[in-house]
Amino acid sequence: MSMAVEQKEMRDDALHGLQLATRLEGIWRTPSGLMGALMSVDHKIIGRRYIVTAFAFLVLGGLLAILMRIQLAGAEQRLLSPDLYNQVFTMHGSTMMFLFAVPVMEAFAVYLVPLMVGTRNIAFPRLNAFSYWMFLFGGCFLWISFAFNVGPDVGWFAYTPLSSLQFTPSKRADVWAQMITFTEVAALAVAVEIIVTVFKQRAPGMTLDRIPLFVWAMLVTAFLVLFAMPSIMVASTSLILDRLVSTRFYDPSSGGNVLLWQHLFWFFGHPEVYIIFIPATGMVSMVLATFARRPVIGYPAIVLSLIATGFLSFGLWVHHMFVTGLPQLGAGLFTASSMLIAVPSGLQIFCWIATLWDGRPVYRTPLLFVLGFIVIFVIGGLSGVMVASVPIDTQVHDTYFVVAHFHYVLIGGAVFPLIGAVYYWFPKICGRMLSERLGRWNFWLAFFGFNIAFFPMHILGLMGMPRRVYTYTPEMGWDRLNLLSSVGAAIFALSFAVLLANAIYSLRRGMPANDNPWDASTLEWATASPPPPQNFDRIPVVTHRDPLWADPNILPVIAGLSAERREVLLTSLADAEPQIREASPEPSIWPLLTAIATTIFFIGSIFTPWAVVWGTPPMAITLIGWFWPTGSKEDEE
Amino acid sequence: MKQTIVRNVGELPTFGFGLQSGPWWGAISFMALEGMGFAIAIGVYLYLYAVNPTWPIGASPPDLWPGTAETIVFLLSIIPNQYTNRAAHQQDLHKVRVWLVVMSLIGIALLILRGFEFAHLNTRWDNSAYGSVVWLILGLHTTHLATDLGDTIVLAVLMFTAHAKPRRFSDVTDNVFYWNFVVIAWLPLYVLLDWVPRL
Repeated sequence: MSMAVEQKEMRDDALHGLQLATRLEGIWRTPSGLMGALMSVDHKIIGRRYIVTAFAFLVLGGLLAILMRIQLAGAEQRLLSPDLYNQVFTMHGSTMMFLFAVPVMEAFAVYLVPLMVGTRNIAFPRLNAFSYWMFLFGGCFLWISFAFNVGPDVGWFAYTPLSSLQFTPSKRADVWAQMITFTEVAALAVAVEIIVTVFKQRAPGMTLDRIPLFVWAMLVTAFLVLFAMPSIMVASTSLILDRLVSTRFYDPSSGGNVLLWQHLFWFFGHPEVYIIFIPATGMVSMVLATFARRPVIGYPAIVLSLIATGFLSFGLWVHHMFVTGLPQLGAGLFTASSMLIAVPSGLQIFCWIATLWDGRPVYRTPLLFVLGFIVIFVIGGLSGVMVASVPIDTQVHDTYFVVAHFHYVLIGGAVFPLIGAVYYWFPKICGRMLSERLGRWNFWLAFFGFNIAFFPMHILGLMGMPRRVYTYTPEMGWDRLNLLSSVGAAIFALSFAVLLANAIYSLRRGMPANDNPWDASTLEWATASPPPPQNFDRIPVVTHRDPLWADPNILPVIAGLSAERREVLLTSLADAEPQIREASPEPSIWPLLTAIATTIFFIGSIFTPWAVVWGTPPMAITLIGWFWPTGSKEDEE
Repeated sequence: MKQTIVRNVGELPTFGFGLQSGPWWGAISFMALEGMGFAIAIGVYLYLYAVNPTWPIGASPPDLWPGTAETIVFLLSIIPNQYTNRAAHQQDLHKVRVWLVVMSLIGIALLILRGFEFAHLNTRWDNSAYGSVVWLILGLHTTHLATDLGDTIVLAVLMFTAHAKPRRFSDVTDNVFYWNFVVIAWLPLYVLLDWVPRL
């Protein structure tokens, strides 16, 4: 164990200032060129790719939404055939949930969590690279299939028996099921990385009650992913087995049960909503503190609310199944638990309002989006409490009321904070400020566009308009509200065009950002914008929950890490006491090769079960290549 | 912002065991999610058991001997596994090599027994939902068994090369830890697969 000491390697305490920065940059830099790009294990590079890719899928999913809104703008439109419409709404839901909402939140965590906890890279950086490739390949697989008219058409939750072989004899449902496998593998990998980064790589002194709220939110989310995603993995695997090798999980004639699918799906699907929402609340807490110019009120209450929400989210899944004929006790229990979860969410909202009340709010774009979030999310929460009640749910089930509800919750609860987060962290990630003027246009277009698009859907739902119909007849009297909704959707889409234009414009012409342009309090603002490859020249020591506000002039730091190889500091779980100087992996091509081998395995296995046989050796070989030491200093310690 | 050095961590070790090490936490996270996978699979079994009037469906229960033999070998394997652990903590390369070879052989033996178990399930995956879930659960555990065996063999080979450096002992203890998980995960599955159909 004392080998390192004996070797007399150069430590960072022998170097200072620019010398140290240059040396660390040389060690932590991603190699240049295409090969370098494919080998990168830098959490910032992978995080950036993850964010851009997730937003690309947002654009694709958004275009599908526009197609649907054009189709529904009037009665008996014929832009999309019924078959194509089925694919379009399934692709829209699947893309938004699996390729945008969950990945984009994890993407921000991949970028920000290591910076916020004051470390040099995420835990398991190669797994992180692998995760990104799996996400990218899974997303491309879905969209390429769609381009070849094999896009899934069974709804984003692919209920059996519709998705079973008998009713969907094409490969469409297989594509859906396997896309799930890709994205779940990617999400689970990131969850493990986040947990270990937060548990073990926090800067010295960052005790549990000094962890930034976004990091807390991502930690809770990572645990939700850990315990929710296995359910959908079992579900999608059993579905594909039914379809491919004639297992009988969902075949009632052989003892199977179609409701089993709904249980498995929603046992994942309900926590999924919180996997999307909880990170957004973390973003809200960070933005609010900075722009209200004071720490968020009720830090312990917010942390406990996050954890409580996490636990409760596993006890709600049956409320998606109220119309399947539940025992009365079950219906009562799940109604109660569905209403109960409004309590911790409400508690957080009161903490935020109190923070604004007591602060001196600076109304910049990120804060506008947070205020928009509060308004829209509260409306969505209220309609949520309505549909938690069985009689109302029975009435509005599968109508546009539910469509309105979950778009209020998901777009209001997650996308608004997310866009606020983009404005807030763009300077850190890109080194330039987004335009405030365009930002205001962006916000007001989004706020009005969203409400005009989705509020009328509540009424349409109450009028009886069902979800997932490709058109309707004029006598139904739904055309005016649908037209209004489509106009709102166009305005809402325009707001995203403004965001895109703002990002492209500001990347070139935006005002250069200094280290801490918003005068924020957390560690990601204690380094350059954008951060150098090593994140921090010296690892900060945390003595306060808002380190940069506690002492704006002096940052206490540690010394003694290697100046010859990649090293991160591991600290203890609760007190963040330094324990180990651990080697951090070098760039490697193996995660990409492993992802390619896994992709061949996954896609091959929807065509022949033998893919499991011939697909395994390449995966094993690439994994061994990944883990086999290369003889570099990192490995030989 | 001005920086002041308040502490030097140069004397800290470069690897550690258990709670101190990063990979250990990675391993336990993976165990948590895989354990959840087993729990869900058990849930599927019990759900199908609950909704079907007869169980097992159109088949007799699995023959007891392969599963029971496996259970005994699994439980006994904890002993050499703990010896591997101890040798790794003592950083005794010779002993670690020996025990890793022993653990690899035990893994191979279990994989062979597992083949017999599949052959004696007395049902096929496409016979009924009962057959499907039994094959799913056994397949899921076999994947874990095979993965850990692969890991053990690779580690064993690695410890015979020039790469057998001190930090690899920490990897060995993580492998030991994971094997215990594979064993513990098996116990409820054994009761479920072999005894519940006999209720």
